[in-house]
Amino acid sequence: MAWALPGLLFFLVFAVVPMVGVLYLSFTHWDGLNAPQFTGTENWSRFFGDSQVWQSTLVTGALLIGNIVVQAPVSILLGVWAAGPQRNRAVLSALFFLPLLLSTAATAVMWRQLLDPNFGLPSKFDWLFGADPMGTQQGAIACLVLVTTWQFVPFHSLLYQGAARAIPHTLYQAAAIDGAGRVRQFVHITLPQLRNTMITSTIFMVVGGLTAFDIVLLLTNGGPGTDTAILPFSMYQTAFRTYDYGYASAIASFLLLLATAASVLLTKLSGYDKMTSTMEGL
Amino acid sequence: MRTRPNYLAGAAALVWLLIIGVPLYALVNTAVQPQTTYTDKGPVSIPDTVTLDNFRTVLDSGFLQYIWNTVVVAVATVAIVLALAVPISYAVVRGRGWLTKGVFRLFLLGLAIPSQAVIIPLFLIINNLGFYDTLWGIILPTAAFALPVSVLVLSGGMRDISNELYEAMALDGASPARTLLTLVVPMSRSAIATTCVFTALQAWNGFLFPLIMTQSNDNKVVTLGLYNFVSEYGSNVPALLAAVLMSAVPILVVYLFARRALVAGLMGAGGK
Repeated sequence: MAWALPGLLFFLVFAVVPMVGVLYLSFTHWDGLNAPQFTGTENWSRFFGDSQVWQSTLVTGALLIGNIVVQAPVSILLGVWAAGPQRNRAVLSALFFLPLLLSTAATAVMWRQLLDPNFGLPSKFDWLFGADPMGTQQGAIACLVLVTTWQFVPFHSLLYQGAARAIPHTLYQAAAIDGAGRVRQFVHITLPQLRNTMITSTIFMVVGGLTAFDIVLLLTNGGPGTDTAILPFSMYQTAFRTYDYGYASAIASFLLLLATAASVLLTKLSGYDKMTSTMEGL
Repeated sequence: MRTRPNYLAGAAALVWLLIIGVPLYALVNTAVQPQTTYTDKGPVSIPDTVTLDNFRTVLDSGFLQYIWNTVVVAVATVAIVLALAVPISYAVVRGRGWLTKGVFRLFLLGLAIPSQAVIIPLFLIINNLGFYDTLWGIILPTAAFALPVSVLVLSGGMRDISNELYEAMALDGASPARTLLTLVVPMSRSAIATTCVFTALQAWNGFLFPLIMTQSNDNKVVTLGLYNFVSEYGSNVPALLAAVLMSAVPILVVYLFARRALVAGLMGAGGK
């Protein structure tokens, strides 16, 4: 047990204490200069009446769902495809990996220019993108999903590729003997065998989606107007632009609550908390 | 087993290749164009003049310093995470009783803490420790938030070491420290590789911690350098995209020389 102590302390100081701290600060008024003033539930009553917060929550949810609905099927298909032994698949997979080499900031800066209505792709391919893809709320959300997909599908499909390779060949041989075709094999063997990976990949997508701050700041800057101001973005603006740290802490606490609920749900589904080896045959 | 070629999947893969490839082509193409031809012809034209001036503009703005800072942050973060997460996972896997279980659950829960949500108190803590506007202000929180995934991956790898091996070590009179170094670490090499790759990418990608915790130019990391570039060179798109391209150089080098390790490392993040 002593082995865990240094890491535990480190984690307590830099993750758990701040977590408690943000809950405390959500009951205070604090401008960052003077000491925080305890104000009871003032921030929270403001929070529940704040239409911007509810809009942010809806946008966060829409983005989250959009990201999962688009990325999951693409990643699964691509991952299973890449897991095949063919040589051309290996070559293409090496190319598919490339977006992962760019940081999120770099990706967002690049796409910001590519989606520019005057000089970017829309000026040449307006049949595909329309005149100004990020001019409306739906358009801006779609662009955020597009860019997130472009950047992270390579990662998620790698997870599926690894998992698909680990599926025992005997299962497919048995199915082939029983006369199951390619589609039935995919539905009845591949998909069920990928269940754990789906959960892991979804956890990454959910946590990533709830915290997609850099991509919003750099791609849409919350706009048009505040139409894509997701919760972390609203929190950042409230704290570090208008210096209302108390109210920002209330938004942050809400974000924390959402993330914890999602993670508890997903780890229950995954059985991670059972702490056993998942090695085949054990 | 022989398989028929799957034409449908092949076609879909080609479509995906276009989705990946066109933006990358536009990125490289724009970065080597003078600004005038870019505004004339757009991002996907075939360039008739190729120039490296954009890269010079980027270099002159001190971009190398930013890249160096990112490398320092990534290496230090990985070192701290390994030093802390390997012993934690060892304790979690070998320990018995409610306390060990509790530790593991704490880290599982920590998996979901979005760093954004705790940035305000964290800012206060970093400030009070005197790490504001130093690279430590980025490294320490980044390491802390990389711990949950690392513990999950490492303990997953260590659980697959069979009990007989531990018993054999114990019979030979090996201390726990010796068991850790000569049995556990070598046997969980792939989990350790995954931890390194994943943590390094986190540090590499980090944006919020640098944005909040640092201020001066000397301590700027690449992601933040790009952000500033947008306001400084916003209208000079070719220079901006040259900066985007250069920001990927260190990791591209890693990819070229250790593609297998990088890919295997990322795959391992999915568990089994």
